[in-house]
Amino acid sequence: MSAASLLEWGLKSVVVFVIIVGGFAYLTLFERRVQARMQTRIGPNRAGPWGLLQPVADGIKLIFKEELIPAQADKLLFLLAPVVTVLPALIILAVIPLGPPVQIAGVQYSLGLASNVNVGVLYILAVASIAVYGIVIAGWSSGNKYALMGGLRSSAQMVSYELALGLAVIGPIMLAGSMSIDQIIAGQRGMWYVVLQPLGFLIYFIATVAEVNRSPFDMPEAEQELTAGYHVEYSGMKFALFFMAEYGKMIAVSFIGATLFLGGYLGPFVDRFWWLGPIYLVIKVVALLFVLVWFRATMVRFRYDRLMAFGWKILLPLSLLNVMITAVVFVLVGG
Amino acid sequence: MNPLQILRGLWTVFRSMFEKPVTYQYPEVKRPVRQRFKGRHELKRYENGLEKCIGCALCAAACPADAIFVEAAENTDEMRFSPGERYASTYEINMLRCIFCGYCEDACPTEAIVLEHNYELSFTNRREAIYPKEMLLVPVPPNGKPTPQQVPSGEFNRAIPEMQNPD
Repeated sequence: MSAASLLEWGLKSVVVFVIIVGGFAYLTLFERRVQARMQTRIGPNRAGPWGLLQPVADGIKLIFKEELIPAQADKLLFLLAPVVTVLPALIILAVIPLGPPVQIAGVQYSLGLASNVNVGVLYILAVASIAVYGIVIAGWSSGNKYALMGGLRSSAQMVSYELALGLAVIGPIMLAGSMSIDQIIAGQRGMWYVVLQPLGFLIYFIATVAEVNRSPFDMPEAEQELTAGYHVEYSGMKFALFFMAEYGKMIAVSFIGATLFLGGYLGPFVDRFWWLGPIYLVIKVVALLFVLVWFRATMVRFRYDRLMAFGWKILLPLSLLNVMITAVVFVLVGG
Repeated sequence: MNPLQILRGLWTVFRSMFEKPVTYQYPEVKRPVRQRFKGRHELKRYENGLEKCIGCALCAAACPADAIFVEAAENTDEMRFSPGERYASTYEINMLRCIFCGYCEDACPTEAIVLEHNYELSFTNRREAIYPKEMLLVPVPPNGKPTPQQVPSGEFNRAIPEMQNPD
């Protein structure tokens, strides 16, 4: 590997990290401001202009908090759990191209870390599933019954909804005829897959809300029943890592949803001006994030048995039906 | 779990985004309190500047939290603080103890102590929580004189004002 390509990879990795870490910080502010507006409040507006320094203030506060490790905790696992939770959120964006390929000095650069990998979607599903280990480990190692119940709930929930999630992304895979993200985006040049796969997109969206443990599927951290669920014993920066994992996953699933169903970086004039690509992608991602926040501001938490019933009895059959219809139509039209 | 109901709920929440926020930007904009709000106490004066408080300590007796401490001293016509025989030489309210029930207001025979509208009572140590008489006493009214006053003898012998029927 040459020095130039090393530099290229390094730069791309830094960009992916910055998107998740910086995005996490400002997503918290975005969520608080939007949710405040939805509740006819104003939200944090004191730290800096329009409250823009609020995430910095929160971060400084968390750094200075005492790091507690309970006496009953399994120390190694307790320290490992936040890392295991946050890592998938950080690396999941690697296969998402942020824009069309760029020509600089005669060399073509792809605007994704590994967007040409031919199993991109598989990578996403695989990495997304790792996060549940972190949550289960956190719940187990805390030595706290609420944490353990939060961890158990999250594992049951993620297993149930991952099936629907996996089946929902089969639609775009079938239409594009490839698991490579580049191919899937190229397949959406004529028409976004959300038009061809409205049910698939809906299922994908609901399943991801459950996957990232957001309201109304925030069973694992149900404050009223489990205090805070799996991260009840965590404080300071270790808590911040869990927080970062949750919001990082929100960003990641929004990127993935925008790429698989909303045409990724595609948009008018994107072939002529490459820099429009990232702008279009960010607009789509922010729109999806807004819907996630909107859901949280609107809906109350599901009861646990209903959550399970909804996942297994409604979402899973629907996604199977979606796959079947897509396959039949695809064969009949001759794709 | 009716999808239409969910959509209706989402629409309601979305619409409320465009309503005027109900938040008051507190330090800059202060919401006016209700007329009968019970905030920090004030010790009132008569028109001529004499203090209404006569140091009877009925407020201290009525106080359920034992927040008020009163010490009385004798008035003379040369050094007159309040009408009648005595005045409060020391009057302290411990704001850490006070529960703002207003019983002191009810107990006062001269309507000297009134819970007014100031609610910004922050302090950084326990000594500052004790509000002395100088802080509680209202300023001298425009055509009054500061206490102690020198008054002609026999004019302010009655400690408690004449009771009148309310109009």
